Amino acid sequence: MAGGAGEKPTLIRWEERDGQKVAIRHDGRLPEQLRPIRMEVGVLSNADGSALVEYGGTRVIAAVYGPREAHPRHVALPDRAIIRCRYHMAPFSTAERKTPAPTRREVELSKVIREALEAVVISELYPRTAIDVYMEVLQSDGGTRTAAITAASLALADAGIAMRDLVAGVAVGKVDGVLVLDIDEIEDNYAEADMPVAMAPSLDKVLLLQLNGVLTHDEFVKALELARKGIQVIYNLQKEALRKKYVEVSVEEGA
Amino acid sequence: MARIYVQNRSIVVPGDLLAEGEDVVVESIFVERVGLKYYATITGLANVQQEDGKFKVSIIPLEGAYIPRPGDIVIGLVRDIGLTHWEVDIASPYKGILTVQEVLDRPFNPATDSLKKYLDVGDYIVAKIVAFDRARDPLLTIKGKGLGRIVEGSIVEIKPSRVPRVIGKKGSMVNMIMQETGCEVLVGQNGRILVKCPNRELEEIVVLSIKKIEAEAHTTGLTERVREFIRRERSRRGV
Repeated sequence: MAGGAGEKPTLIRWEERDGQKVAIRHDGRLPEQLRPIRMEVGVLSNADGSALVEYGGTRVIAAVYGPREAHPRHVALPDRAIIRCRYHMAPFSTAERKTPAPTRREVELSKVIREALEAVVISELYPRTAIDVYMEVLQSDGGTRTAAITAASLALADAGIAMRDLVAGVAVGKVDGVLVLDIDEIEDNYAEADMPVAMAPSLDKVLLLQLNGVLTHDEFVKALELARKGIQVIYNLQKEALRKKYVEVSVEEGA
Repeated sequence: MARIYVQNRSIVVPGDLLAEGEDVVVESIFVERVGLKYYATITGLANVQQEDGKFKVSIIPLEGAYIPRPGDIVIGLVRDIGLTHWEVDIASPYKGILTVQEVLDRPFNPATDSLKKYLDVGDYIVAKIVAFDRARDPLLTIKGKGLGRIVEGSIVEIKPSRVPRVIGKKGSMVNMIMQETGCEVLVGQNGRILVKCPNRELEEIVVLSIKKIEAEAHTTGLTERVREFIRRERSRRGV
């Protein structure tokens, strides 16, 4: 979504703090600061697993069904489960109504999210079944694909599906020559680069990396490091959200 | 020397590092080994025990579908009738197959006889899983003591991962419920529970206590709380 219309707003202003010049973003954040993040698990009673994730103004809900019998039967695989993903933006999620029909963008994002999840789900435990992941963007303010991945992996864990690790995602960008973490819609529209990253932090693996725009080699390395730090914070929030569902920790002896 | 990173009975989530070292024994399919490190792969309760200088690590899942195992007793719902078999919904990703040989003792001729006479669509059965090798659907049998078509009682459906809590340690929970109410309770491994009671009020109490166990499965002192709940409900309803 690069290249916004109209006059470009001021996205970075420089302030003097403790004798150093510090970049301040349009919403008052520092370059390496995340938006306020909220997560909740088990929000839908009818799905096997569900989660709601908010990155600032971005809000995504994910639901997981399965493992269940694969329909149509011929799509099932004899040695593992298939994972099906649907990333979708609600018509009311954007400032201008989006048509509810799946766009090319949504088809692509469904695919890259599926591939990220396939790397962590232990699908060999559920042969001949299907695991369906539905992600609905309720409100869009940039970084929806990474919020969707974060929500999807939480919903999978909530459904009791075996995974090697949780997946957390965040986007980094370059705005007015400054590398910034977790870019929002306005920053994205006028950014020189936008790089969504998803990782499995315990395994230390990158599961999704896309780059829209131009970064130098040095900037790329720095941006990835920035993303890694942000992802670690989000990952810890994910674990906290999952544990919060079971407030009391211990269980009767030997049950 | 092994290092254990979680406390016994604490809640673990996918990606949690459980243990590290050589003298670790894993007793669960939900623990993944990467080098010498052991990670959790599912939301559940960690179970860590020290035995003969070795650490036994396993996870009791708190969520998840029912995956059949040979020998399990399950409660199934007949969904379809074939020429020589029934298709049975066993609340699992895999549908159960009940062949005519596992129902009748005598030879069966599909040309002259109809399977519908013995079990019809919509019938509930108590069945045992004979075989399940992941390449084929689970095979069921209703030959054996306590197995067969269900003719009376109510069926409660809960999450399969909560079944161990409903049974309790060596059957403590389910026996307590039966003693306190005088009802008959049969727990299927697939999360369906058959309740047979002398009257409706008692049946309602048993169903409510099972739902209570399902909701509070991860908490301590549950057996006593359920006992109290049953006694309170009985005196309130006067049964």
